[in-house]
Amino acid sequence: MKESDIRFIKLLILVNGLVPLALLVWDQSHNRLGANPQNFLILTTGMMTLIFLILTMAVTPLRKIAGLNWLIQFRRMLGLYAFFYGCLHFLCFFSLDRAFSVSSTLTEMLKRKYLILGSTALIVMIPLAITSTNGMIKRLGGKRWRVLHRLAYVAAIAGVIHYYMQVKADTRQPLVFAAVLAVLLGYRLMVYLKQRKPPAPTPAVKPEAVI
Amino acid sequence: MTPEAVYFNRRTFIRAGILAASAVATGVAYRQLNPVGHGKVDTPVIPGLVKPTTTEAANGFRVDEPETSFQDITHYNNFYEFSTDKEGVAPAAAGFDTKGWQVSVEGLVNKPKVFALDDLLKISPPEERIYRMRCVEAWSMVIPWAGFSLSKLLDVVEPLSSAKYVAFQTLLDPKRMPGQRSDVLDWPYVEGLRMDEAMHPLAILASGLYGRALPPQDGAPIRLVVPWKYGFKGIKSIVKIKLVETQPRTTWSEYAPDEYGFYANVNPHVDHPRWSQATEQRIGEFGRRPTLMFNGYEDEVGHLYAGMDLRKYF
Repeated sequence: MKESDIRFIKLLILVNGLVPLALLVWDQSHNRLGANPQNFLILTTGMMTLIFLILTMAVTPLRKIAGLNWLIQFRRMLGLYAFFYGCLHFLCFFSLDRAFSVSSTLTEMLKRKYLILGSTALIVMIPLAITSTNGMIKRLGGKRWRVLHRLAYVAAIAGVIHYYMQVKADTRQPLVFAAVLAVLLGYRLMVYLKQRKPPAPTPAVKPEAVI
Repeated sequence: MTPEAVYFNRRTFIRAGILAASAVATGVAYRQLNPVGHGKVDTPVIPGLVKPTTTEAANGFRVDEPETSFQDITHYNNFYEFSTDKEGVAPAAAGFDTKGWQVSVEGLVNKPKVFALDDLLKISPPEERIYRMRCVEAWSMVIPWAGFSLSKLLDVVEPLSSAKYVAFQTLLDPKRMPGQRSDVLDWPYVEGLRMDEAMHPLAILASGLYGRALPPQDGAPIRLVVPWKYGFKGIKSIVKIKLVETQPRTTWSEYAPDEYGFYANVNPHVDHPRWSQATEQRIGEFGRRPTLMFNGYEDEVGHLYAGMDLRKYF
């Protein structure tokens, strides 16, 4: 793929990733977020975080299965968008739900299991965002960088459970996220198991002979 | 051969088109998932609505806080019989037909009776009651209901002394209530009150709000309102009221006994296991309000629970 095409697709992702935010801001300024805009803002930014986490994690399987190697060029952007919406999600919670109170935010975050999971997801994304630059990849070395970035799995799993746990009864939507995530993680597990299996050794001596 | 400049111009043009089209597509997808729109609700005006007297108003019949808008009360509903999406209840419930509605009042009473809705509503003139409504999900409204005390109906059927609780049941009809086709809850929805709670003047059977007949999404044609309890106690679209001797089963406490109790009194000191109940988002306001003990009706109902451990009986 040509350099200019890559740049164009990056622009596509950049613009499309901002569309939900633009519509949120637009609807909010026109008083069209429904009866409970505070809740809607928190929920929607959280959803966007999960969607971008899932998209980020879909890159590798798609690359390998469909042979779309060039997809890797865009993974960083998708991941950074997940982090971006995750930060917005936290800011919405901090400002709208906790009224900018640091103490009540911290108390709640340590007290509620679903918030512990949500915070975990966001916190593990911080080192991932920091080490997402080319320079950092070089400094860490490819292997160590890849190990570190497996934290993305932690973020996605914690994020989906965090969503599941705060739903009252209708768990269909979080279960859809969980199912997609299970497929993406299952693919990685399969690859791992395949690689780990050592080539079957041909026994030189029959076991009986030893005895 | 195409000159280079023209070639690049054309490519830039096509790319701009793709960019715009993709952004529009994303926007449309977002809009599909998050529809906006203000549905209209038009139910008949209730004639002869009685306003509370000054004494009644002081006794909790009229809360002195700004009323939540009609639009929000009728488009932000928890009514799983129609949809689990609060904004989706109104469209799903539009056209819900309540013609020929009957309410059976039975069990431990001297005079059991199946009431036609009109006869039931004739028991007492509709009164305006402006109550706080606190949802267990930590949001709240102020709603001007139209209705009368449940005790007036109970007086008509004459409860026996053995009657200790009142059990309520919602209509079961998956054809008219599409949410009942999923098994998200155990249908039909059932609720219950202790006898003294049911006889308290603040507990009402409501048939309207904002001076109009109840819209389907708010529990047409008749529902329970118990302002000092979490909203889910206010069972909607009631078809059966039964007086019983033992504590009746209730839908949410059966669904998750550790999260929803039989009493479900609004209590800022007893958190839901998953979230705090100390504050609430008043619909239509920006910041959050502190949640009041018994939803602000402590003076009126506190004595009903004297000596009870409200952490145990949450």
